[in-house]
Amino acid sequence: MSAHNDDKRPDEVDLSDPKLSRFDVYREGLRRDDIEILHYEPRYAKPGSKVEKRMERIVASMFLGSGLFATLFVVAYIWWPWEYEGAATWRDPQTWYTPILGVTLGLSLLLIALAVLTWAKKLLPVEELVQDRHDGGSSPDDRRFAESTVDTVVDDMGLKRRPFLVKAALLGAAPLGLAAVAPLGGLIKDPGDMLTVTGWNAEKHNDGEPVRMMMKDGALVRPDMVATGGQITVYPAIEGGASNEFASSPTLLIRLRAQDAETLRDNLFPMYQDVDALWGDFVAYSKICTHVGCPASLYEQQSQRLLCPCHQSQFNVLDNATPVFGPAARHLPMLPLGVDDEGFFYAKSDFLVPPGPAFWNRPSLPEEDEQ
Amino acid sequence: MKRRKGTSESLMTKAGGELDDRFKLAGPARNIMNKVFPDHWSFLLGEIALFSFILLLLTGTFLALFFEPSMTHVVYDGSYVPLQGVGMSKAYESALNLSFEVRGGLIMRQMHHWATLLFMASILVHMLRIFFTGAFRAPRETNWMIGILLFWLGFFEGFIGYSLPDDGLSGTGLRIAEGMTESVPFVGPWVSAALFGGAFPGDEVIARFYIIHVFLLPLGLLALITVHVALVFVQKHTQWPGPGRTEHNVVGFRMFPNYIMKQVGFMLLIWGVITAMSGLFQINPIWLFGPYEASIVSSASQPDFYVMFMDGLIRLFPSWEFRAAPYFTLPAVFWPGIVGMGLSVMLPLLYPLLERRFAKDRGHHNLLQRPRDNPARTSLGVMVVVLWVVGVVSGGNDVFAHAFHISLNAMTWAGRIGIVVGPIVAYYLTYRICLGLQQHDREVLAHGLETGILMRDPDGRFYEVHQPLAEPDEHGHTELEYSGSWVPKKMNRVGVLEPTDRGFFKSIEEPEDNGARKGERRDEIEAGKQ
Repeated sequence: MSAHNDDKRPDEVDLSDPKLSRFDVYREGLRRDDIEILHYEPRYAKPGSKVEKRMERIVASMFLGSGLFATLFVVAYIWWPWEYEGAATWRDPQTWYTPILGVTLGLSLLLIALAVLTWAKKLLPVEELVQDRHDGGSSPDDRRFAESTVDTVVDDMGLKRRPFLVKAALLGAAPLGLAAVAPLGGLIKDPGDMLTVTGWNAEKHNDGEPVRMMMKDGALVRPDMVATGGQITVYPAIEGGASNEFASSPTLLIRLRAQDAETLRDNLFPMYQDVDALWGDFVAYSKICTHVGCPASLYEQQSQRLLCPCHQSQFNVLDNATPVFGPAARHLPMLPLGVDDEGFFYAKSDFLVPPGPAFWNRPSLPEEDEQ
Repeated sequence: MKRRKGTSESLMTKAGGELDDRFKLAGPARNIMNKVFPDHWSFLLGEIALFSFILLLLTGTFLALFFEPSMTHVVYDGSYVPLQGVGMSKAYESALNLSFEVRGGLIMRQMHHWATLLFMASILVHMLRIFFTGAFRAPRETNWMIGILLFWLGFFEGFIGYSLPDDGLSGTGLRIAEGMTESVPFVGPWVSAALFGGAFPGDEVIARFYIIHVFLLPLGLLALITVHVALVFVQKHTQWPGPGRTEHNVVGFRMFPNYIMKQVGFMLLIWGVITAMSGLFQINPIWLFGPYEASIVSSASQPDFYVMFMDGLIRLFPSWEFRAAPYFTLPAVFWPGIVGMGLSVMLPLLYPLLERRFAKDRGHHNLLQRPRDNPARTSLGVMVVVLWVVGVVSGGNDVFAHAFHISLNAMTWAGRIGIVVGPIVAYYLTYRICLGLQQHDREVLAHGLETGILMRDPDGRFYEVHQPLAEPDEHGHTELEYSGSWVPKKMNRVGVLEPTDRGFFKSIEEPEDNGARKGERRDEIEAGKQ
């Protein structure tokens, strides 16, 4: 059934001709779809030859292999021990549950894929066909018909003759469109003071009592709990103070060496001097990076830097935590520290400037620009 | 009565007749089955995305049976010992349960994640193919735009998807997204409050993300993919230039059985690879990250790879915060995070229109261009690729710094300089390479192939023998027109020596099993050999 055609298109055939073979009819179908066979021949010149039989056996074995692996998958899925029972070694069967599922199902899929692909590439006829494209729009007639149809519709509705009606329809529909999206307003929430007030705000969260510092487990923090050069993360000692409810409250409490504390005192911004923000050698910085809000929690004692692991902003602990490298532009706000009669740390006030990432109407102080 | 297959009496024909009586299928069915598709390996890159997407729908449906998108606080009491007694959200607990308590849940989670990575990666590679070969030109601009939208829908679908488990790593990513949202002038805080239902993280965002992740975005993806594929079908696929191929035809093989079998086989292949990977290679082990806590982060916090270039841009951008105290602040992250992302959406989206305008090219194109034949576009593409790669590498600059013992600050500065200088250098080099390749094509067409045979004439002059591609004139020149198609560059490409094998693992130019070439060996060139 090899067909090599020249430029000439095959002529239309008479379908009523009883002598037409199936292939003749088929080719006429192609012709009507503007398709022409350039090249078409069986993959193997002799049907049923040894090579062809061999290829059929290969494809068949891949199908059967796929079925075998799929069966193994189902068997493993049901009967292989899978329940997690704590840390396991490679000797424990449950370690292998997921790998076995992946390998058996994967091999099953791969084998059936290869079977189908091999069938297509090694057993289907070798063919090359060419089909006409009819690019570039409809025929002029069709365009004219469409145009006149649309014009008739427009005319029937009187869109041009009845401008008032059109305007009224638009004016009526616009509010309806608005009404359709209005329920999204349920999402709108006044940000209020959510970006400026933290859990350290005594008035808002502790009935005006100064907020003490606590660790994650709720233990209140005393100065002797932090060694020189050490740092801990502290949270406001209020209900849920260590939870994500107060996501901008986590604070780093650092105990500096005496001479470092002196350096920091000398560098202190006036606003922090005014409130006497340090207590002894202790300083507390907001842990929330002023870039986009990751916890800037890597404290490098030697260089006295705080590093945010998300975007590598670095802050100088001995200089009001001003940024010294990276994309952050503002210092980590300092939490004014005090120790109460019972010897526990507390925050003398909320942060003087809002912690965390900036926003357009963030109340900033001129001191922030000081370097 | 015995029925014979393939005749008009067969059962199939009868069933077909019944169907046709009702649905009038005979015409359209023939048309579809006979449709001719051009063949090239690069035309299958987009299919990888399609097949990954189908798998994502299947695995995602499984996951949705067990995942609870709730931020209700619970104390973990599952079988993973290190987290027992730890407070966490219900979302994180149910994601842990999917990994530990649901039979086969872990492999489903991993399949969902690996398929996502493959989905996004294949979209990118497919997009490069379309771009560099000019397949986006008229009449296919709409489909290019749909493709770009698909990438960005996939981008957000992926980001939102890996945020759902509410683990330590994804929560950090969410925090960064919140910081970026806040940075938008005037509306930022309001948008953030709307998204999180108040202050970050609130207790609503997971439920909101869930409905977006399992309904809105998949619906959008599905709709756009349907139109995308339908347009390829209706507008007919582009083809490489070659003998007999014109702007007005398409040369290839039929949809049935050839194309459809290759498609089905390829789909199962992709699924098989993803499944095997998901069984063997761990991905996103959320139980190691712990629940999200605003105060906890670890180093090497990287997003999935398709988000990394955004993260890289944010890392590299200098601390240029504009402040008019105390009234107005424009955070530095606004530029890479919001403007950068906006440009990354808009510029690719509009590129076909821009090229049309600047190249003053108003024609329809169904033949693909070789990248070298449009040096400006190719160089622009390589420029963007370099920019993207610098962004991605910078998105992991802490990992590179750690692994290769490089200063972190040096990595950042290398990225800052590299992202400006790299693309410019890449543009220039690519342009020169394109011109060089063009020139070499013309050279081969005019003078023939280098044979590697050196000759010495009686004057003592050495010269290389060239094999002309057509009958040469008396000066040894051939007047061959460059057709935009592949030009042979080696003697064995014109059949002089045994062909160099093409193909990855195995030759794709194997001799026919029953063909004349089997066992036949061509003579090597003897001339010039001693």
